[in-house]
Amino acid sequence: MKHPALAAALAAFALLACTAVLAGEESIRLVDGPGRDLTATTCVSCHSLDYIPMNAPLMSRASWEKSVHKMIDKFGARVAPEDIEPIIAYLTAHYSG
Amino acid sequence: MLTRRKWLAAATGTLLANALPRARAEEAAGASAPEDILIALPGKKPLIKRTFRPPNFETPLADLRQPFTANDAFFVRYHLAVIPEVDVRTWRLRVGGPSIARPLELSLEELKRDFTRVSLPAINQCSGNRRGFFSPRVPGVQWGNGAMGHASWGGVRLRDVLRKCSLQGNALEVVLNGADGALLPQTPDFQKSLPVERALDENTLIAFEMNGRPLPHFNGAPARLIVPGWTATYWVKHLTDIRVQPQPFDGFWMKGAYRIPTGAFPGARFASQETPETTPITQILVNSLITTPTPGARLAHGRPAQLTGWAWDGGTGISVVDISVDGGRNWHAAALEKDLGRFAWRGFRFALDTSQAGPLAVAVRATSRGGEQQPEKLTVNPAGYHDNKILSLSLEVA
Repeated sequence: MKHPALAAALAAFALLACTAVLAGEESIRLVDGPGRDLTATTCVSCHSLDYIPMNAPLMSRASWEKSVHKMIDKFGARVAPEDIEPIIAYLTAHYSG
Repeated sequence: MLTRRKWLAAATGTLLANALPRARAEEAAGASAPEDILIALPGKKPLIKRTFRPPNFETPLADLRQPFTANDAFFVRYHLAVIPEVDVRTWRLRVGGPSIARPLELSLEELKRDFTRVSLPAINQCSGNRRGFFSPRVPGVQWGNGAMGHASWGGVRLRDVLRKCSLQGNALEVVLNGADGALLPQTPDFQKSLPVERALDENTLIAFEMNGRPLPHFNGAPARLIVPGWTATYWVKHLTDIRVQPQPFDGFWMKGAYRIPTGAFPGARFASQETPETTPITQILVNSLITTPTPGARLAHGRPAQLTGWAWDGGTGISVVDISVDGGRNWHAAALEKDLGRFAWRGFRFALDTSQAGPLAVAVRATSRGGEQQPEKLTVNPAGYHDNKILSLSLEVA
């Protein structure tokens, strides 16, 4: 795997969850751009990255803001305050309709 | 372009996604609409992968043509990523809460031995089935037609179990929890509640069998709740805890998800969870699915052709399925197949006229015995539930 941080995050998940469901998801790659690794490692701590392209055609900056804050406020995602904006900017730039 | 091709992974316990060529993987992850990818989870045949983790896998149309959907083809839907393999020897079902006088712990053996066994055929349909067809589009798992299936469910009645535990008169809601959980402790656990009346309905089951076989792991082994006529969000998998309480359950998955605008749809009310704005989704709406021909199919000019499919509702049964071949101006009753029960789907068939070459605009409209009929238009709602609009299918006679 090309990205050590993402590989580490996936390995940590594998240890925690011990589930065969994980297999296959490492093939999902987000498009290159500033904030890609930060976004991938943050999101992958709870779910596979295919959620991002799946919803991309209907997303905008406003809906990504809403989505990222829902992950933090409702689902307890641990995101440092200074990381929120780069993640939203990356998702908006590469995964909007 | 590789978009029309699909790749398969074998069901040998691990997936073969590492064999996926890089170019293909990047295309699948790109912003363009991804094609359906078929992947086999352990114990399942290849299904349409919507998301890997939590696993959300949809049944292809080809596997929805049999009266009973095969266990290994049945759709998979999870909210949280940790799904333990439950050991049936140590598994216990705990029943308790403030409205239970005598709490109980049951092993699978006791559950099977101490209560009357029941089985019934019922549709299991995700609330968000067909969300991917919504216009305007709505965020969430972009399901097509296959977040549903039909099976015969075998188990015991929830009410028999509750009564054995001396259910108290103040009971309002029955809260259900399963063994699956989240990676982060802050993520709300997936728990659901039912109104006590629905929990005490004779058709609400704790099932351990599906089509005469033990429940597959990814469909809730060793036991799950069966709430015939209600959407699958209530059919809690890997059931471990049943709690009965005199006040509304305030968990996220009741208060913050699976809600529809109050009064927007027909169906049972869930009064103790209702607000002036929103209310929990409850019953499945009358609906239908065309299984043959497939969209865009070419029918041979002058050759007999049959339209087939299924129709179902939230528990009254289907009274009529109408077919239009002129874009909805005139309707003709289809022949109905055997009635398998009021919670089952009902097969229908209709001979298509292929005597004239050209486009054929077919539409299907089911009506329930309760008098509900599929509407012409979708009732738009923020979470993308209840798509039961009249189906249309464009065919070509040539």
